Amino acid sequence: MLEHHARLVALFDYAREVVGRKKLQKMVYIAKKLNFPFGEKYQFHFYGPYSEELTLRVEELCNLGFIEETKEKVSGYYQYRYTLTGEGEQFLNHYDLDLEPLKDCVTSMNEKPSRMLELISTILYFDHLSNEEIVEKIQVVKQKQKYTEEEIEEAFRYIEDLKSQQ
Amino acid sequence: MLQQLNEEKVFKDPVHRYIHVRDSIIWDLIGTKEFQRLRRIRQLGTTFLTFHGAEHSRFSHSLGVYEIVRRIIKIFQGRPHWNNEERILCLAAALLHDIGHGPYSHSFEKVFNLDHEDFTQSIILGDTEVNSILKKADSDFPRKVSEVIAKTYENKLIVSMISSQIDADRMDYLLRDAYFTGVSYGQFDIERILRVMRPKEDQVVIKHSGMHAVEDYIMSRYQMYWQVYFHPVTRSAEVILSKILHRAKALHEEGYTFKLEPIHFVSLFNDDVDLDDYIKLDEGIIQFYFQAWQEEEDDILSDLCERFLNRRLFKYMEFNPNVHMEHWHRLYTYFVRAKIDPDYYLIVDSSSDLPYDFYRPGEEEERLPIHLLMKSGEYRELSRESTVVEAISGKKRTDHKLYYPSDLVERIEDQDLKRKISEILEL
Repeated sequence: MLEHHARLVALFDYAREVVGRKKLQKMVYIAKKLNFPFGEKYQFHFYGPYSEELTLRVEELCNLGFIEETKEKVSGYYQYRYTLTGEGEQFLNHYDLDLEPLKDCVTSMNEKPSRMLELISTILYFDHLSNEEIVEKIQVVKQKQKYTEEEIEEAFRYIEDLKSQQ
Repeated sequence: MLQQLNEEKVFKDPVHRYIHVRDSIIWDLIGTKEFQRLRRIRQLGTTFLTFHGAEHSRFSHSLGVYEIVRRIIKIFQGRPHWNNEERILCLAAALLHDIGHGPYSHSFEKVFNLDHEDFTQSIILGDTEVNSILKKADSDFPRKVSEVIAKTYENKLIVSMISSQIDADRMDYLLRDAYFTGVSYGQFDIERILRVMRPKEDQVVIKHSGMHAVEDYIMSRYQMYWQVYFHPVTRSAEVILSKILHRAKALHEEGYTFKLEPIHFVSLFNDDVDLDDYIKLDEGIIQFYFQAWQEEEDDILSDLCERFLNRRLFKYMEFNPNVHMEHWHRLYTYFVRAKIDPDYYLIVDSSSDLPYDFYRPGEEEERLPIHLLMKSGEYRELSRESTVVEAISGKKRTDHKLYYPSDLVERIEDQDLKRKISEILEL
């Protein structure tokens, strides 16, 4: 019962704090692509893989008081900060999720800027293509972000690092 | 220049009055077996068990989306940012956007780990009648159509006509679903919205003078979600449907011998569904098995099928996981003692189990918001201008319910156990 909610709460437990909805979306997507058991369905949107299901589930967790959302104004736009609450910790105690390997992955992703996570998740979205085709695809779908060759190389390297830790 | 029919063909439609077809390729696509299959898949899945009129198909919705896009294009022709060479691409993508849907898609996708969008891509790009017709336009045309539907096509304006927060898909399903369910709150003035749509470099924008028509559309989405799509009786049917599929799969994995071999399900059970198997699935096939499974030796499978077919649905109560977690653990134990398998008969369903796109005003670049084109030529996000939209795009309402079979509880012989369960369920 509510296992998908519990797995998300576990992610917040490991991360301690996630700043930015986009960052959260990309972290869960990347974890899912690394075969962690997140069930949220993703589709491609203007800014890369996005899950409405995840957005709604996070809203549910906020309404239930399991995570706290803080809205902050940052240079012309709003940013959202998420932290686990005591009630969220109690909720998590009802589950034996065995997600320990997720901890390092979440900690590592949480240290990356959301721009980089956006690039990494986009690469993973097109992972059925060859690397050359992926780079071409990024130039089309992420034209406005103007990712440099160095950034793209770093993203590919990071994906390999994450995979090797599995 | 693509071939045109000698005479325009029309489909009579209860929502748009007429659907007009002049392009041969569109006419040919409608005639393919993959598109005709959509006649046998209901647009709203199990909703017909709550609103008996909701028997309309994905076929009629797909034609409706095509027709709306056709009308938008007429408004866009000759305006800046609109490239009329993309006209047929837009129309084909609109027509085919749901081609990969299967019967009761939502439950099937969750239980069997499928994604109808993958099948949409396969039908457009694979060895199918749809693909052979698309290729006649150009060898690269199927790829373009598939990319528009996947939202990865380079021209974002075209993508946004079919998939954005105000698109032809949503406008058609809201009006069509309201019409067929018979509810009055799904209405909005589509003619007005179409008239005030304008093409921009990478999305459709709305002239400021059309803001109130868009407010109605946003309200319609909100109302339809809570009153129709997330109706608790429909959700009860969906819960049972999902449990039927889980049970059949579990039995297959245990090596159970079905009286009627479920040949159409075998590749689903084995996580190995190919396109041919998938295209054969429709609601007729599924209902046939549900009929047959009522006679199975397995009590759970036969009971769930009987419930689904005869609308003996589960009852429900509000469930707050923060407050009622202990209740749930106790109920689970009591159900086991009463020999009612809680994994099939005690289910919590959440609003996020049926994702629905509330309007979101572009929070931190998550989704592209609706932009109004102001008289000054500037663009303004909708909720910054509309207090109505601002009000309903703030704090989101969420919901959790606990579903259970009250008739089985009623039949528990151990009176003490029955009393304990009834107390928690407030029976």
